Order: sequence, then C-alpha cells, then structure tokens
Amino acid sequence: MRIPQLVSPEQQQRLHPIGTVLTVVGGLVLLASTFLPWAYSSAALDDMTILGYPSTLQLYAAGFGLGAAVFAFLGRRLARGDGRQVVGWTRGAKTASVAAAVYLVVILGSIGLELGGLVNVVYGGWVALVGALVALVGSRLLVSGRPPRLARRVPPAWLGILSIAAAMAVVLYAAYYGLDQEDAGGFVSFVVVAIGAVAVLFRLGVMRWLSAVSGRHRKVLIFAAFLTAFAFPFTQNGSDENMSIATQVLIFAVTALGLNIVVGLAGLLDLGYIAFLGAGAFTAAILSNSVFSTVDWHPPFIVVVLISGAVSGTLGLIIGTPTLRVSGDYLAIVTLAFGEIFRFGMINLDGTDGPDLTNGSNGIPGVPDLNLFGLDFKDTHTVLGIQLGRFANYYFLLLVLIAVVILIFVRLNNSRIGRGWVAIREDEKAAEAMGVNVFGLKLFAFASGAFLAGVAGSIKAHHDVSVTPDQYIFLESAFLLAAVVLGGMGTVLGVLVGATLLKLMPEKLRFVEEYRLLIFGLLLVVMMRFRPEGLVASKRRQLEFHDDDDELAEKIQSDIDEREATGVVPVGGQA
Amino acid sequence: MLEVKDLKVAYGRVRAVKGISFSVEQGQVVTLVGTNGAGKTTTLKTISGLLQPESGEIWFDGRRIDGTPAHKILGLGLAHSPEGRKIFPRLTVEDNLKLGAFARRDRAGVAQDLERVYTLFDILRQRRTQPAGTFSGGEQQMLAIGRAMMSRPKLLMLDEPSMGLSPLMMQRIMSTITELQQEGVTILLVEQNAQAALSLADYGYVLEVGQVVLQDTGKSLLTDDKVRKAYLGED
Repeated sequence: MRIPQLVSPEQQQRLHPIGTVLTVVGGLVLLASTFLPWAYSSAALDDMTILGYPSTLQLYAAGFGLGAAVFAFLGRRLARGDGRQVVGWTRGAKTASVAAAVYLVVILGSIGLELGGLVNVVYGGWVALVGALVALVGSRLLVSGRPPRLARRVPPAWLGILSIAAAMAVVLYAAYYGLDQEDAGGFVSFVVVAIGAVAVLFRLGVMRWLSAVSGRHRKVLIFAAFLTAFAFPFTQNGSDENMSIATQVLIFAVTALGLNIVVGLAGLLDLGYIAFLGAGAFTAAILSNSVFSTVDWHPPFIVVVLISGAVSGTLGLIIGTPTLRVSGDYLAIVTLAFGEIFRFGMINLDGTDGPDLTNGSNGIPGVPDLNLFGLDFKDTHTVLGIQLGRFANYYFLLLVLIAVVILIFVRLNNSRIGRGWVAIREDEKAAEAMGVNVFGLKLFAFASGAFLAGVAGSIKAHHDVSVTPDQYIFLESAFLLAAVVLGGMGTVLGVLVGATLLKLMPEKLRFVEEYRLLIFGLLLVVMMRFRPEGLVASKRRQLEFHDDDDELAEKIQSDIDEREATGVVPVGGQA
Repeated sequence: MLEVKDLKVAYGRVRAVKGISFSVEQGQVVTLVGTNGAGKTTTLKTISGLLQPESGEIWFDGRRIDGTPAHKILGLGLAHSPEGRKIFPRLTVEDNLKLGAFARRDRAGVAQDLERVYTLFDILRQRRTQPAGTFSGGEQQMLAIGRAMMSRPKLLMLDEPSMGLSPLMMQRIMSTITELQQEGVTILLVEQNAQAALSLADYGYVLEVGQVVLQDTGKSLLTDDKVRKAYLGED
C-alpha cells in the first residue's frame, strides 16, 4: 500500500539529516513514554497505570518506537550514496513510524472509549503520542533509496531453515495470542501490531528475503506450515470457543480455494459459488443418519463425500455447459441467478411445492457427528495431557482436506491445463488460435471447483449439525469472492490470508456487527484503490495493475535476475 | 495440401467471403493479397476454425476440416499466426512460445523446437524471461511467428506479418519466411503489402470484396498491369 508522497524526493535528499534526528528523537520519546502510566484506570485494555513497568500493549509501542529510532539511525547515510542498499532501513523507519502513530491512535481511542472519555488518558499517553507524531513527521523527510537487495543474499541452509521455523513459531504464537484476546480493544490493537510488524519487515526487505529462503527450502516450508497448523489445537487446552472459529475459518478457506480455481486460475467470475457448497451439504445431510433425513439410504461417510462432490460437480456441468459459451458479465449474472435458484429450490423441495427432500426452509437438523476409523468426532480426546474437543476433531479433518485442495490447486496451476487457463485469462481468442480447447478447459475449471465445494459441504453439514437453505445466501458468495480478491487471486497463501481475515474479523469484532458490511465495503474500496492485486499478489497480476510503476518493474527484473542466478522461485511470487 | 472450394463466410447477414477457391501445394509459399475488406483475414480465420463457413469445403492433408473445432485443427498441423500478432503481453517470451506448443505432448520435441526458434530469432533467446508486451512491433512479430512454429506445423498461415513494421524489420520478416520455406514449411501468407508478398510467393491470389479476381505465379502477378495499377501504386 502506497502512502501519498508529501515531500518530494529532492526535498528528502536535502532534509534527510533533519528527518533522521526527528525520527530518532521521536522514537526514543515513544520508547521512554512506555515507562510512564498511560491510562487512569487499569480497567481499559491491559494495566497501563504503573510507572516504570510497561504493560504488554505498551511494550508493542516501545517496539515500534525503538524500531523507528534504530532503523532511522542505521539509514542515516543513505542520502549520500546512490541509494543502493541491502536492508531498507529508512523504508522500515517510515513504516514503523506510521504503524506507531496508528497504534497510538487506536490505543488512546480504546482507552477513551472504554473508560468514557479521553480525560482518562494520563500524561504518559500524550507523551507517547507526541513522540509517535514527531517520528512520523521526521520519517516523511527521509529518503527511501532503491529497493533493498537483501533477498539476493543466500544464507547457509541451517540459517534458512531456522528462519522458517522461527517464522512459523511466531505465526503460531500470534494465532494463539490473537484469538485469546477477548476484549475488542485488545484484539484491534493486536491486529494493528501484527499488520504493522509485517509491513515493517516487508519494507526492510526481510519478508522478501524470507520468501526467497522459503523458495529454496520449499519442502521444509510446507512441512513447517502444516506442523504449525497441526499444533494449533494444542495451544487451546480443550477450549471449544476458539476452535469453533478455527474450523469455520478452515471451511471458509477450503471453499475459497475451490473458488480460486474458478476465478483466480481460469478467470471465470462466479457469483453463485456458495450454491455448490450448499448442494454438497444438503446431499451429505440427506444421506446422513439424521432422523430428519428424507432418504432411507445411509452409506458410509467416505461414499457420501464422493457423492456430494459428484452432485455439486454435476450441477456445475449443468450450469456451465450453456453459460460458459458466453463470457464475462453474462457468466456473472447467470451464476448469481443460479445461486438464488438453488436456495429457492431447496426451500421448495418440502413436499408441498415439490418432492419432499429438504424439509423446506427448516432444512435438515440433527446431522450426527462423524465417526471415521473408529474415531467418534463428538468425543473429547486427551493427547499428551492436552484435551482436544469436538471442534479439534473437525479441525484435523479439515486440515487434511485443505492439504488435498492445495495440492490439487498447485498441481493444476503448474500443469498443461494451468497454462491453458493462463492463456484463456490473458486472451481468449489468441488461446483458441494456440489450440487451447477454451470451452472444455473453462468447463473443467467450473466443474472441478464445484466438486471441491461439494466435498467441503459434506464436512460442513456434519460440523454445523443442521443444514438450512438460509445458510447459503448470496452474501456468502460475495464474501467468498471477496476473500479471493482481497487475498490475491490465483495464489494459495493470499486466499488463505483473505479467508482468515474475513472470517476471523466478524467473530472477534462483535461490537461493530451492525457496521460489518459498511466496514467491509470501505475495506474493499481502499484495497481496490491502493492494492488491486490483493494482499499477496502473483507477479503477473502486479504487472497487470501497475504496468506504469518503475519501482515494481525494477523489482520484477531483479527477481528475474535472481531466479536466473539461483534457479529458485520465491514463495508467493509464482505467477 | 490445402484446398479451399467455393468458401462463403458471413458475419450475421453481411457476407465477407463470397465463394472463393484456391489451393496450396506442399512446400510452396502462397499469398493472398488484396485491400482492406477483401476477406483475407476472414478466410484464414475460417480455415483455422475460429469462424464457421456458411458453405463450401476446406480440405487439409486429405481431410475435410470445415466444422472441426479450432483446437483440433491445430493438432492436424495447421498453425495460424493471427492478425495483430495477438501475443500474450504479460507472459514472458518463453511462456508465449511454450503456449504455442500447447497442443503437443512430446516434451523432447518441444524443447528441440524451442531451440530452433531461438536459433532463428536470437533476440528472443536474449529476452526470453521478459514480458512480451515490452517488445517492439517487429520483435513481437518474430515472437508471433516463433510461437506459431512451436506447434511444428505442416502449414503455417501468417496474417499480415508486416503490419506496422519499419521497412528494415519488414525485410527481416520476409527473409524469415523464405528461410522457413527452405526448411520445408508450407506457408499461406496474407498481406496488404502486395509487392513484398508477391516477390517471394510461388503463387498468388488477388482478392477483391470477397472474391478471387486474379491468380497466377507470384512473378507474373508482380508484372501484371492490373495488379501494378491497383496495388503497387503505379500508373
């Protein structure tokens, strides 16, 4: 995300020394202020009333302050050279200053809101704000220099693997800590800290370094990522509260990954994707042992999974065959309508308007828990002295599913079919002239996406206990699409991030529930303005949206050089 | 090798090709020349299956191919380098070339042909990791021809390869066509630049508003009075 430039590069070149001093001083003031009390009462956030002993949230502010000061100091000579740099110190200092200021506003705002007025902010808080603002102003005067070249440094293997492990440990702790924040103010502060820290690391060049390292040790990365995800339930100590959020996130993420095949790889805009999830869920519920099931055949779950996928996939074929011959907007409208038709169809299959299959709008409640390989999903199990409840069981099953879906996604993307999709996305007519079976490949994307959604739906039916038509409304399709677009179309990591954000935020920010759609809309507008390619972008999409951006062009060129030199594709960077 | 019989093609109610017949023999360079709207591009698109004919027959290699889907026609060995080049601007040169071989499954052969294209156009080798959209028109045209070659076609159809190119670049492209012919590729060339096309073609057809009005060897057409007046700007 680019912040508009207030000071021209020439002015920065001249004012760099002053900027350095201001940023260092501001950062240090902020650091010092965390030893002072910020709030009048300890009832807000954590205890910020003690002199000489910073609380956790104050320590985060200290981190940003120290970061801004140290980075600005290390980047003090940048204005003299040609701007070449290994680590982007001043870039980091700028971002740390912005993060500090935003964080301070959030913290002081939370104190004001929770204690009833800004009078409850004590002098330490104001000192901190002043420090942050001084650093912010100072950092605007710093030169940015050329993009950091840290990513080109190849570390020894042990250091690389250790870095990946450390990064995963941080992710695990952040997930644990973040979900543990009951208080809305505390959660928002944590989110700001997390985003700020990632942004600072990104601007320093550390993230790109890490991504290059991960590309070199791809297997280690994948193993570590799944180990981390696998370890998560063990941090929850039997509590179902956060695990139920986690399973919802996973269901949402699996579905979004399926949609990503349709939208991100094949470039087909599907606005009714939730219907395929619903079709899978209804199929599984009807074939389950629920007493409300309308069918007498109850095959084992493994069979049900395949049938659910097949039903959704067939629906995909039925919808796709006539509509994929038209393109773009028409497809979007037809799929939008299909999503609604599906919902009304489920409501009408109630025995009066049609055959009795779904019990109409009541749906099918009482879907029993799964029982796979002798493991009853409703039971709590104790592993290594840690209790794993019902949701943890579903979590592990969903983790397996998401691994399978990611594998399918990656294999498809890197296959001949994937190349065909790229060609279709880029230029349908030219693709046809290249001998790409345009219609066939589009239909395949549509049907395989539907199949995966159906499979996810079959698990969702058991997880949710009851399946009703009103769970599968258009808004859900819109959210799925938003997860794909916000995260980064065509990437795995981006969609995982997008899905997590979109599912986690509403759960944790209950206090803004009425404004959920408003905030969501604003977020989309801001994203489309500043980063239309999504949080994690494939390189080609970046080129698509910013082909007049010189810095980006330089970055891509340097990536190409790097790949030539080392034969490695950075993670998240593959197109 | 390719035989077109009484081909008629229409866009809705507007008929663009009004019953043309021509043939291309193995190893030849055959050209269709004519002004804008003569139906040259429409003819090529119909041969490669991107458009469906209203009536008439298209025979390729002893098979009737009108009505066959485009991706299957390419598999028969008939490649089409479309008008306006239609390269994929955001893909790298190499990705573009590999997409040209999309219909093929013999990896070793594809690698071999990639090498052959790089030998033919050295500039493509030098820039193989660059997005193709950053290229000049002539380089893009080389890429388009190279990409069409990647399907290892028996017959290569080139639509206006000289469009928008400098005279120097045009000469380069035209000499490439001769090189390809020497390698044994049969070429059907569509050009507005009648002078350049006829001077290298074995046989030529002159099209006017959807009909063949003249046909002869390239050399004869080049010296034909009517052609000189109408297309070569001489009086």
